[in-house]
Amino acid sequence: MTTLPEPVERLLDAALVGELTVIDAGGRPVTYPLIPLYDGERIYLTSSTLFSRKLEHIKANPKVALSITDPRATGGRTDRTTIQGDARVIEEDPHGGWERLLPIWEKKEPSIVMFLKARVALPLFFERALIEITPRRSLYWASGDAASVPETTIVGNEAA
Amino acid sequence: MAATKAASGAMPRTPRLDAGQGLAKLATYPFQIVTFVDRDGYPVSVAVEATIDAAAGTATFPAPAGFGIPDGTEVSLTGSHIRPQPGYGYDERRHVTVWGRAASTIDGRSLVVAAARAWGWDEAEVPFFEYSERSLGQSRRYFDALSAERGTPVKPRLSFGWLALRTTRLPFLSATIVPVVLGIAIAARQGTFDLLSAVLTVIGASFVQLGLNVANDVFDAAQGADDANVTPTQYSGGSRVIQYGLVSFRQMAGLATAFYVAAGAIGLLLLGLRGSPALLAIGIVGFVVSIGYTAPPLKFVYRGLGEIAVAVGFGPLMLLGAYVVQTRGTLTWEPVVASLPIALLVALILYVNEIPDRRGDARAGKRTLPVRLGKPAVIAGYRLAAVAAYAILVGGVVAGLLPLTALLALLSIPLALQVSRGLEPNYDNPYALMAVMGVNVKVHLYAGLLLLAGYALVLVLGAIAPSVSLFVAR
Repeated sequence: MTTLPEPVERLLDAALVGELTVIDAGGRPVTYPLIPLYDGERIYLTSSTLFSRKLEHIKANPKVALSITDPRATGGRTDRTTIQGDARVIEEDPHGGWERLLPIWEKKEPSIVMFLKARVALPLFFERALIEITPRRSLYWASGDAASVPETTIVGNEAA
Repeated sequence: MAATKAASGAMPRTPRLDAGQGLAKLATYPFQIVTFVDRDGYPVSVAVEATIDAAAGTATFPAPAGFGIPDGTEVSLTGSHIRPQPGYGYDERRHVTVWGRAASTIDGRSLVVAAARAWGWDEAEVPFFEYSERSLGQSRRYFDALSAERGTPVKPRLSFGWLALRTTRLPFLSATIVPVVLGIAIAARQGTFDLLSAVLTVIGASFVQLGLNVANDVFDAAQGADDANVTPTQYSGGSRVIQYGLVSFRQMAGLATAFYVAAGAIGLLLLGLRGSPALLAIGIVGFVVSIGYTAPPLKFVYRGLGEIAVAVGFGPLMLLGAYVVQTRGTLTWEPVVASLPIALLVALILYVNEIPDRRGDARAGKRTLPVRLGKPAVIAGYRLAAVAAYAILVGGVVAGLLPLTALLALLSIPLALQVSRGLEPNYDNPYALMAVMGVNVKVHLYAGLLLLAGYALVLVLGAIAPSVSLFVAR
């Protein structure tokens, strides 16, 4: 199975924030800034139930894209990527199921552990569903410039 | 939660943006992310630098290489910003998206998007906590849908300890403990002390306050006041366990009833053990004030009498109630005078906590003083009541009704000054006001504890040097 190109993986590991785009019932793209969490195979994002409309869109249409574009969020990197994939909402246990990703999340946002300890202050923020993205295709702009054609990599079974 | 008015469900989560406002915001970002749906049905996002013409309502950007975006395609343009904080995470979150249809320019090198609608969030405009509160309706819909999907109720959760703490607002019990223990201490100073009834009084009075706290949430939920409040803080806006779906309306009503029944049982026991007409009268009035605080038909807090009800309930009634249990009904001026500063300072806790709630309270018809008065009058009211509290204390000492050691409570004046100074600059910012509200709780707590310490000194001195008086001679 083809995996994501190394520069794309590095961007995923570095990014404090990426832009998740889902498709709404009218076929329009809707974009949400979220922290991407990458386990080496799949990309995970978490969504509080407070801001869960995106989950409704994903359940209706699992085709999504995650872009990483902001040099401020990647430690000054100027390369950019968009990863298209199929998303799945994991919500067996909104209370604690997402906490398995806490070690990866904490690396990017250390304060999350402190906030979690005080979850009594904002309980619904920590009722969360997981969004699991299985990458299908990555687009990579080494220069970050949209004037150049991106390097395209087909990922997963489609590549076989 | 059929019994509550779920106002926040219909509330806009973020200020409405028209397309022009969205474009103006989009222009402030150094680059934009153009997104469209490709032929395979997946979204594609590409970073571009758009030229925004707010007057024309358009955004123009070079056509991204490698993609043929047909004219008429619905695209979105998103701006997103964070400020990384190494070792912490990030802040200064904001984003905006503008939607419209793309059209090629005459030379075919660029695309123009005519903005049709927009949406965004900027935490500088809507703080994260308020944004979250405005989104409660979405969370309710999520859990309702998940419950329907599974065929069994799925609800948000908290551990039992945290839930109990949040539901009962346990840390606010100091409002009861201070006057009750002070009443017992004054009786002891006068030579009357019964340990069993003292312990029962503390427990019974605590149940009354816990019942009040929970009943307050029940009736505020029923009347829509807590739903209408989108800027609650840890000191104001209720426990919100009903709004969050952590505890049902019915469970809260049951809990409030249980606390009142427990308080009533202890009250009856005390009447049996050390009853007096004074205790019976205080018990009945206390029950009416506690229940009537938010419950119809009295609804003191909705009629602008909440501050007085709290002052009476957590001042004279608590203190004198505890005192007459010990003295079996005998009343003197000393506990009455001692209860007045405590009454004023506890009412000031509510008074300041009502400042951030005032918009929601007004929407729900809750006529609190900060709803009815303007900012200058509210701040002046705080200063006047605080000065009165300390003046009564000094007056009581000078009149020989309170011991000289009661003046220890004056050590809390710097905290009151801190609150007084903090009200003006933070009046319109609920989250900045939180620190001021925290200090204000300490004013009551520390003044009460220092007053208690004063009585402890009197008791100790009375035991080791009975001939020495700590009262100004009358």
